[in-house]
Amino acid sequence: MIDQFMESNDPLVRVEHVSVSFGRQTVLRDINLSIPAGQTLALLGESGCGKTVLMKTIIGLIKPTRGRVIFDDEEIQRLSDQELSRLRLRFGFVFQNAALFDSMTIGQNVAFPLMQHGNFTSRQVHDMVLSRLSEVGLPDSVVFKKPAELSGGMQKRVGLARALIMNPEIIMYDEPTTGLDPIMSDVINELIVRTRRRNPVTSIVVTHDMNTAKKIPDRVIMLMPATRLDPGESQIVFDGTVPELEHCRDRRVQQFINGEAGERLMEMRTAQNSQ
Amino acid sequence: MASIPTPSQLPDDSAPGGVFGWFVAFICHIGGVVINGYDSTIRGMMALGDFTLFATRTLSWMFSRIPRRGTVWPNFYEVGVKSLPVVALTGTFIGMVLAVQSYFQFKQIGLETRLGGVINMTLLRELGPVLAATMLAGRVGSAMAAELGTMRVTQQIDALSAMGVNPVHYLVVPRFMACLFLIPTLTVMADFMGVAGGHFYSVNVLGIDIHHYWHNSAKFVTNFDLFVGLFKSVFFGAAIAMVSCYQGFNCTDGAEGVGSASTSSFVYSFVAILVLDLFLGIALDSVYFTMYPEGASLL
Repeated sequence: MIDQFMESNDPLVRVEHVSVSFGRQTVLRDINLSIPAGQTLALLGESGCGKTVLMKTIIGLIKPTRGRVIFDDEEIQRLSDQELSRLRLRFGFVFQNAALFDSMTIGQNVAFPLMQHGNFTSRQVHDMVLSRLSEVGLPDSVVFKKPAELSGGMQKRVGLARALIMNPEIIMYDEPTTGLDPIMSDVINELIVRTRRRNPVTSIVVTHDMNTAKKIPDRVIMLMPATRLDPGESQIVFDGTVPELEHCRDRRVQQFINGEAGERLMEMRTAQNSQ
Repeated sequence: MASIPTPSQLPDDSAPGGVFGWFVAFICHIGGVVINGYDSTIRGMMALGDFTLFATRTLSWMFSRIPRRGTVWPNFYEVGVKSLPVVALTGTFIGMVLAVQSYFQFKQIGLETRLGGVINMTLLRELGPVLAATMLAGRVGSAMAAELGTMRVTQQIDALSAMGVNPVHYLVVPRFMACLFLIPTLTVMADFMGVAGGHFYSVNVLGIDIHHYWHNSAKFVTNFDLFVGLFKSVFFGAAIAMVSCYQGFNCTDGAEGVGSASTSSFVYSFVAILVLDLFLGIALDSVYFTMYPEGASLL
């Protein structure tokens, strides 16, 4: 499947030799990745391995220490503030905690990108907001509520509706199911699949939820923290389809899929003994 | 720095090489102090550079695209309208306090009617603008830092960027414009209420003759003094908005981060107000004495 994409489409996003460090801490080390248009990619990995940092680097929220990110032949890091703002209209970003503006109502939150960039009448905005909210399964009555009045799952759905309202070409989901109950997690997964079916978008899903990783993507990439690897080793320890992931023989991948602590328990004991 | 021994960890003189050990530790200690000082200086310079870039970006966005009315009016209302009562109140009291504090000395030399000149001059040149700015830094500056800090921590600022909205243009420019354009009006209010408060206490409580009180004021206080106060206030407003928004934008995670951004915004704003006050005072005095070489006299 990946080969099909690679052959049929030019990569929409190219990450070339990207390294990101915060002070002395290296989070990403020489990452190379290309994502064809239309692909749904899941970025897997344990907490702190740099999945979210990679996604934020792609959208230009974090500047790489080395390397470059190319989106549709434009190098993100070379763009001015204005050019970057224009380019970001082609992105939709669903934040881990929804990141809704708490001073605004749900309606204003979903309408925000339209009000900032579009030239629509209030009637059109109203209709578009209601249609996006119904797409994510929310009733019209939530429009006048404030984000604090909604549950975590509903907030995430509002975040998805807001990300979709400008019809983006690429949608990024930052841990869409974290902190939700299993049923709501499945609802969100289903919404992501439906969104993909309805709109021809490229999607990047950062997750450590195996249900999400098995249900949604065409392609899975697993990252390991740079600190757990040898200096020359690639941080991408797996790159393939979901069936390939399940049959992968790499011990680290299997431990992650099956949720086994493995040598971490030994590390904990060593740390306790050394205190 | 952990490897540098403190004096309590050092070997005593009775140990072999004790004096040498002390000497080495002393040198290490001095080295540690120098390195710490160097680190702090570099960090300070980086923060200053970062602040300058932030200010430049704000100014460039302000002149390149006017923000929407919907984002500007709430900030103007917050800064200009909601701050009025507290500025008026402090202005009134500071005018009365000035009368209370200076009356005794002036009465001793028989110049109590000159109080009008002294009180009104002090208010217009110094206390009006500085007090209005201090109240603005406390009331609005801290709130701005806390609000933007919370938005930073809850990723709302990242969300703005991700939706193609520049956060400096959307969040900082309207706040900056509100402080810049409305602080002169707050200063006028502080001046007016201070003058009224000073008059009330001097004339109605201390019994100073109203005619001479105002006659001396008119002789001593000029339009230039009013201009000095308003001119300085514009710089104070710009400093408050810039410092507070910068602190909010660079807030560290957690409740502690937001709290410390809010506190630092007031502390740095207040320091900036006083430093600017000194240098602007010196500069404007030079202008004043160039324009009016004879100056104004109380006598």
